[in-house]
This record gives sequence, C-alpha cells and structure tokens, in this order.
Amino acid sequence: MKKRVLSALLSTAMVMGLLAGCGSSAADAPAADTSAGTEAAATTEAASDEGAAVAAGDEGSVFNIYCWNEEFKSRLTDHYPGYEEVDGTTGKIGDVTVKWNITPSKDNAYQNNLDEHLLTQADAAADDKIDLFLIEADYALKYVDTEYTMSLADLGITDEQLVNQYQYTKDVVTDSNGNLKGASWQGCPGVLIYRRDIAKEVFGTDDPAEVQKKVADWDTYKATAQEVKDAGYYMTSSVNDTYRTYSNNVTSKWVVDGKINIDDNIMKWVEDSKTMYDAGQIANTTELWSDDWSKGFFQDAKVFCYFGPAWFIDFSMAADTEGSVANAGGWAATEGPQGFFWGGTWICGATGTDNPSLVKDIMLKLTTDETIMTDIVKADNDFVNNKPAMAAMAADTNYKSAVLGGQNPLRMFCTGAESVDLSNQGAYDQGCNESFQNAMKNYFDGNATLDESLEIFYSSVEEKYPELSH
Amino acid sequence: MKQKAGRGNSKAVSYNKWGYIFLIPFFAVFIVFQFVPLVSTVYNSFFENYRSGLIQVGPNFIGLENYKTLFTNGELLTYTKNTLIMWVMGFIPQIIVSLLLASWFSDQRLRLKATSFFKTVIYLPNLIMASAFAMLFYTLFADGGPINLILMQLGILQEPFKFFSSIWGSRSLVALMNFLMWFGNTTILLMAGMMGIDPALFEAAEVDGATSTQVFWKITLPLLKPILLYVMITSLIGGLQMFDVPQILTNGKGEPVRSTMTLIMYLNNHLYSKNYGLGGALSVCLFIITAILSLIIFKVSGNDKKAR
Amino acid sequence: MEQNMNEKLDKGLNIKTRRLIAYIVLIFLTFLCLFWFYVLFINATRSNGELKKGFVPIPSTHLIENWKNLRAGILPVWQGMFNSLIVSTLCAVFSTYFSTMTAYAIHAYDFKLKKPIFTFILAIMMIPTQVTALGFVQLMTKMKMEDSLIPLIVPTIAAPVTFFYMKQYMESTLPLSIVEAARIDGSGELRTFNHIVLPLMKPAIAVQAIFTFVLNWNNYFIPALILHSDNKKTLPVLIAQLRSADFLKFDMGQVYIMIAFSIFPVIIVYLLLSKFIVQGVALGGVKG
Repeated sequence: MKKRVLSALLSTAMVMGLLAGCGSSAADAPAADTSAGTEAAATTEAASDEGAAVAAGDEGSVFNIYCWNEEFKSRLTDHYPGYEEVDGTTGKIGDVTVKWNITPSKDNAYQNNLDEHLLTQADAAADDKIDLFLIEADYALKYVDTEYTMSLADLGITDEQLVNQYQYTKDVVTDSNGNLKGASWQGCPGVLIYRRDIAKEVFGTDDPAEVQKKVADWDTYKATAQEVKDAGYYMTSSVNDTYRTYSNNVTSKWVVDGKINIDDNIMKWVEDSKTMYDAGQIANTTELWSDDWSKGFFQDAKVFCYFGPAWFIDFSMAADTEGSVANAGGWAATEGPQGFFWGGTWICGATGTDNPSLVKDIMLKLTTDETIMTDIVKADNDFVNNKPAMAAMAADTNYKSAVLGGQNPLRMFCTGAESVDLSNQGAYDQGCNESFQNAMKNYFDGNATLDESLEIFYSSVEEKYPELSH
Repeated sequence: MKQKAGRGNSKAVSYNKWGYIFLIPFFAVFIVFQFVPLVSTVYNSFFENYRSGLIQVGPNFIGLENYKTLFTNGELLTYTKNTLIMWVMGFIPQIIVSLLLASWFSDQRLRLKATSFFKTVIYLPNLIMASAFAMLFYTLFADGGPINLILMQLGILQEPFKFFSSIWGSRSLVALMNFLMWFGNTTILLMAGMMGIDPALFEAAEVDGATSTQVFWKITLPLLKPILLYVMITSLIGGLQMFDVPQILTNGKGEPVRSTMTLIMYLNNHLYSKNYGLGGALSVCLFIITAILSLIIFKVSGNDKKAR
Repeated sequence: MEQNMNEKLDKGLNIKTRRLIAYIVLIFLTFLCLFWFYVLFINATRSNGELKKGFVPIPSTHLIENWKNLRAGILPVWQGMFNSLIVSTLCAVFSTYFSTMTAYAIHAYDFKLKKPIFTFILAIMMIPTQVTALGFVQLMTKMKMEDSLIPLIVPTIAAPVTFFYMKQYMESTLPLSIVEAARIDGSGELRTFNHIVLPLMKPAIAVQAIFTFVLNWNNYFIPALILHSDNKKTLPVLIAQLRSADFLKFDMGQVYIMIAFSIFPVIIVYLLLSKFIVQGVALGGVKG
C-alpha cells in the first residue's frame, strides 16, 4: 500500500470518490433519491425473460462483481434489463445470483482486496471467482496489462460494436499488445471553466469564443494570467489545477526501459506553475478538494478559472449553495489550452469467469446500446461514452447548463473527448503522478530546490515500484 | 510482598501448573492468528520479495542485501530522527500535563471541584476517529482557515501562515494532534494507578505535615512506578511506531520535504508494492531499536529485577 | 492543623494560587478537548456546498436534511452500528479478560518458563504490526474466515499491550497474600481468579476495556479488507464507503453526520466505564 493507501485523509478519499464518478446531476436533485426512485420502476418493467435467456446454458449460478461504491450497482439496477435487487449486496439476473463485493477505495483497500482475489482466482471455487470488476483510469494498466483481465475479443465483442465509443476511453484499457480489455459507459472530457464577471472586467467580454483566444495555448494562457493578476485576481486556485491538462498530453511514458522518465510536458508544468505561482498569478499550492482550493467556487473569492469535466461543473462547484458563483450561473466554459479528461469507471471481465456471456452482455448493453445510454444521460445526467447520443444532446438547443449561465457546453466536451490522446499511458501512472505533484509542492513552496524535489520524487517512486531506477 | 512463603514444595508445583494453564488462551490465539505473519516478517527480510502491479517478483534469497540497502541510502537515519523529534514534541508536554493533572486530582488538599467532569473530558478527543480528527484539523488550519484568520485579526500574523507547507508547522500539528489524542489516555492510566494506592498513606502523610510536593514525589511517584514504567515503555513503542497521525495529517506523504515521514510511514511506502523483503528488514531494525531503548528504560528504572 | 503560623500562611497562599492555576489549566484543556465536538457538530449541520466554503463557527440548517439523505441512501447505518457494537464489545471483553488471565499467570505463579515468556510477550509488543496486516488477511482468506466478524474479535485475546498493563497494575496493587488466603480457604485457582482477582482489577479492566473498545470502534484497515457484505460492515468501513461515493451521491454533509452518529455510542460506553476510573472504585480490600 503506498502512501495513499493507508492514508485516511479527507482529501485523498474525496479525490478517489470524485474520480469514481463521472456523473452530473441537476443541482437540486438530492443524489441519493435519484437511484432509489427510479429503481423500483426499472426493475418491475425489466423483469422480462430477456435476462433469463442470457444466463441460460451451463454457466455459473453466482456472478461476482468487485467495485468500490454503489455507482455501477445503480446503473445496473436502473438500466440493465432483467436485473432485480434482492438486498444491499445481492441481486438476481434470471437464475444467476449477482453478488456485490464493495470495498471502499480509501487507503487502497479496494485494490488490495481485488489483488488478493485475482491472484487466487485460479484456485477459487467457481462460485467465488470474480466475474467482473471495475477500474479507474489512473491504475487501469496495472490490471489491463495482465492475463487477469479478459480481452473483449475473447468475450466475443467486436471492434464494430464499439465504434461509437470515444477513442480515449479505449486507449485507457488497451494493453501493451494492443488488445482492448475493458469498456466504459462514461466519458469525462474536461474544459476550462471561467468566471464571466471577471472575464468581462478584464477582457471586456465573457463570450467563450473570445475568451478561448486568451487561453488558446500555454503561452497566451500565461500572458492572460498576468492580465488577470494585474486586475487583482488569480488565474487558478492551485498549481495542481492544470496538472491533468499537461499530464494527459505527454509524448512519452513515465517509465522507459525500467527507468523513470519525466516527460517534457510535465517539466513544462513545473516551470510554468513555478513562474506563475512566484508571480502571484496562482493562489496557492494546496491539493485539489482542500478548503483553500474550493473557496474559489464562491463569489467573494478571486479565482478566475478551474479545469474540469461535466460532472465537476454540475456537481462539485457548490451550485446548490447560496453565494457560490455556480448558484448564480456565473461560470462559462471554453476548450482551454489542451484537451484532457478527469474520472470515469471502466468495466473489465476477469479471466476465469464462469459467466463470460453475462459479462459480455452487461458490457454491450451498458457501453454500446444507444437506447440504454441515452436513458443514462436522461436519468443520471452522465456524459456517456457514445458519440451519436452525445452529438444529439450537443445539438439540442433546449439543453442548457444553469451553472454556465445557460450555455450548452456539450459540443466542447465532445471536441475534448475526441482530442484526448492517451497512447502514452502506462501502468505506473497513478503512483508517478501522485508522487510528482507531492514532491513538486516542495519546490513551489520554496522548501526545496528543483533538484532536491526531483530527488524526493525519485525516491518516492522507487519505494512504490522497487523495480524502477533513475 | 515477596512471592509465596516457604510452603510445601509439592503443593507449590501443583499450583504453578496453573501458570501454564492460564497462558493457554493467549498462546493458542497468538499461534493461530499472529505467529505465521510474524515469523514470515523476519524470514522475508532475507529475500527479494515484492509485487510489481500484479506480478510477483521473488522470493529470491539475497542474504543481508535488504539491510544493506536500508543502511546505505541514509534514509533510515533521517526517518528515525523525524520520528524521535515528533515523538518528543508530543510526549514531553503529554507526560508533564498528565503527571500534573494526576497529581492535582489526587491532591487531597487542593480540593478541586468538578474533578469527575475534568477527568471525564480529557479522554474525549480519543473517541474521534483519527481520520475524522484530521479532517477537522484541515479545515481549521487551512491557509484561509479560522486559526489563521484569528491570528491575523489579533495582529499576531501579517499574512496567513501555511501550516502544511512549513516543516515545523507540520511537525507541530502532528505533535499537537498526538498530544490531544493521547494525554487523556496517559492521565487515565496514571489515575487508575493512583487509585490503587492505599488512601491511608496519604492521610498519614498529611498528619505528618508533608507538603503536596513531598507527597507527590515521596509517595505517589514511587508507588506509581510500575504504571509509569508501562506508560514510558508503551509511549516509546507507540512513538517509534508513530503512524496514523502524521500519515493522515500529511495525506500519507510525510511532506514538506519528507520532514514528517516516520519510520512506519516509510515502511508503509514499501508495502504499496507488497515489498515484504525490505519491509521485513525495516521491521526487524525497528524492533531492535525499540528493544534497546526499552531495555535502557527498564535498567534505568531498576525494574528489571522486579520483573522476575 | 498543628503547624506554626508562618508555614500555615505560606501554605494557604500557595494553595490558593495553585488552585487557581489548576483551574485555569483545566479549563483551557477542557476547551481544547470539547472544541472538536463543537466543530464536528457545526459541520454536521452544513450542506455539502456550504462545507466547501471552509469552516464557519455558526451552525447551519441542514442537520435533519443530512440525516434524511443518509437514511435515504442504501448504507445500513443501524446494522453498521450493531456490528461495530458487537465487535468492539466482544473485543473489549475478551481482550481484558484473557489479558488479565495471562498477566495473572505471570504474576502469581512461579514456573520455569516464566521469565522467557514474559520477555517474549514484551517483544511481540515491539514488532510493528503494519507488515503483518496483509499476511493476516491472506491467512484469513485461507482459513475461510472472510466476510466474518470472527477474525476481528478472536485475535484480541492475545493483546500484549493490555497484558503488559495488567501485569504492571498487579505489581503495584495485587498482593499475593490475598491469593494465598483464598487457597487456604480452599478456593480453586480458576475460582480465585474469577471471583477474587478480577474484582480487584476493576479499575485496570475498565481502563483497558475503554481503550480496546475505542480502538476497535475506530478500526478501519483490517475490517475494510475482511468484510465485504454491506450488512456485515462496521461503521468506519461504511464511512469510508460514503466518502468514496460517486459524484451523484457524494455529500460531505452526510459524511459528517455519519461521523457524529458513530461517535455517540462510544461516548456512552466511555461515560459508563469511566465511572470506574473517575469516581473511584474503593480499593480498600487491597492492603499489603
């Protein structure tokens, strides 16, 4: 368990929690009620023999799903035909009993638990074998690049069936041999979210197209930061706000031939952030989700922009709270300097499953079926991983985001989703990204020189991955 | 109070077998649940044994290589120093306050009112989960949090003090949280020990005109010695194994500049890769350090003779 | 009091000042201790959005709403509390009873292996538990004890720290003459232990029972790896699950109210047990 593992820290837990979901909801809908409400309707209506047909044949009678929260369960309950809920951790699809093994992600408990079970999967009784498990992008390759995850081709899913999914969601779960080994029902492309009032004051306009010109690439972004600063505002709340935007656009992997490799774009983040922080253009160096960071959501703060995906805009910016910028619809979205994504959950089939056809069917229904996915958009406000469905929504002039003052940002998200290039993802990403941001904080704060901070980064990574050197 | 007077030898033997019988539950449970993981800790320290993702590397016998790694990269020393610094920062105020409180509570002449209220209250912080406690610390000590606000309004600070970006700021917060969580615990231990002291002794001392200070040093402290020894030893062990508070408070990073990284946090970093080899070696080192320091305390307190 | 004038005066002044200092220190410490409960309570009354603003010392209006949202979710909070109570209570009972027994074995009897065994148990105490934790979980999987409360309870029978405390306490307060006297009266060894030694150890048992109870009540790491069904999970695991909720459901207001909810029982148990320590169980029976 690395550092994050045993940490019981709020912000870590929050980040993990946040990563887990890529949903957005109408700001006023009490979250818990959404699933509870639709659940009953969905089950009665779906209790057809369709589900039973899938499970027929000589496949296993127990279907084990490993995950870290209730999200996937509510998706399955609400949208998978034939799923019936029995109690909190069991359900039924036809004759097959679905068993949910939910372990919180805090302190790495989820991965620790999953690892132990995957490693003993071969010796486990058929009913105890993991059939399906969920992963997040940061550590996807840790599982995908092993024989413990089934390739979609082996499950009988063809490339044509997946043609409507965004490419980056496939890159995340493609192993080093080019095999696709998972699928997601969500897309989480991100945009730059800025305050309209500050834009008007500083640039004289809050039109997204005009503001985009001010942040079109990192050089103009930096020039703009000085303008914003001169007007008495901060460009971003923390140096870490822009990290994903840089790290999603690297041209090399974190590890090359067993050696730790720092991509130029990552070093650019360090240089840019240091310059901007020292020039007083960035408010602080705290972690995302800390109090100091989220203060910028409110009117009386001086933060010009955040970087985030759809769920972030709709759900994280305190839209339901009096005095927040989101509450007044004071934000607007634009593409920003580079495309990036944030969050998302992927479904994987475990090698050795005794219910391969059910795994296949769940994947197909939830991640490729346009009708079901459109339902997910409508019921759960997710940004789904289906190009035609999202294109239709983007073209819909009735779709307006209240947080963004009536703007329909979906077109930007769609563009963003297309532009993310994750071909340089690797199995070490989660550990390296975390260690890097932590170590660089010392440099930004002036507690250490760049070289000293890099040393801290190296030793931290080598503790996590003893096989690496630098 | 010496052990059994000269009694029939055969009888003593028949009693003493009960010593073994009473030990059975402890050892049965110990062997079933803890022995295997424990022995493998030591065993593993001589092996290269870790996991890269889901791929197991080793175990390959490498002799003392793990120990060599630990001693040559110099980090062991740094983290031992960090651990001891933060322990001392928390422990010294803790033991002083605890002794002070315990002496006040037991002081007949001081006649404090509402002592049961105070005695009850001091342990309460320990009831809050450490992780929840840390959440509260964050909000309060945030750069723009209420503590900074108050300090600025009082004119003590000109601009916010970034507790979590400062070496001594972070260390102080760790020590403060440790202190808050554990001083009640220590006080309770000491008070429970004092309850065992025959009240007649205090009365006699009072009749003889001893001052409170004299009573404390001459009667309370010597009689408290076994419990005090317990407090010292367990605090030392707890201190050397300090983990959850700095782990939670620094989000597991031990930052800034790894100045709040303790030995067990360092160990914990290796467990991310299930590095039982290096982790085992570190555990053995930690055990040896603890054993030596404990032995010193036993010797200094002269308790080893009494430990029979 | 038969002291001379001078000393009396001196002392009277002394005591007054000392009393004043004592009160000031105590009140300050009380504030430090209770303050956190206030902060927790305030945060439990605030909504997810309001919490993002940072701490404000005035309660908000969302207490009931947070609780309703928590109950509307699928987490079995009452079942969690029940599980936590079972685990923590049994741990406290087993740990104190058997540790006292083990300590008594070392304290009251003379046998060949006594010293090595004492040293051995102390040595176990000095070994960091972190490394063995995952090995323990693997072992439990092999023993088919996953998703069961047993592996959380039974191992506390072998608790070196509690043992050490009991041993030290006996050393300072349990004279062997009492045991001898019981033997002369014809009491069996187990009977002597249960009926004479245990009652004399009440304050020590209360202290360790509280500590063990609290420790297990707040334990997260091992339970998170062992318990998988929602209806077997203990409160810290459920809280962690609440915190790793997906976006639609993520709500710090609920997290805070759940923390507040889970603290209540410990406070009650603590107040019950603390009587033994605080109000003072007479130890008159123990005289050297």
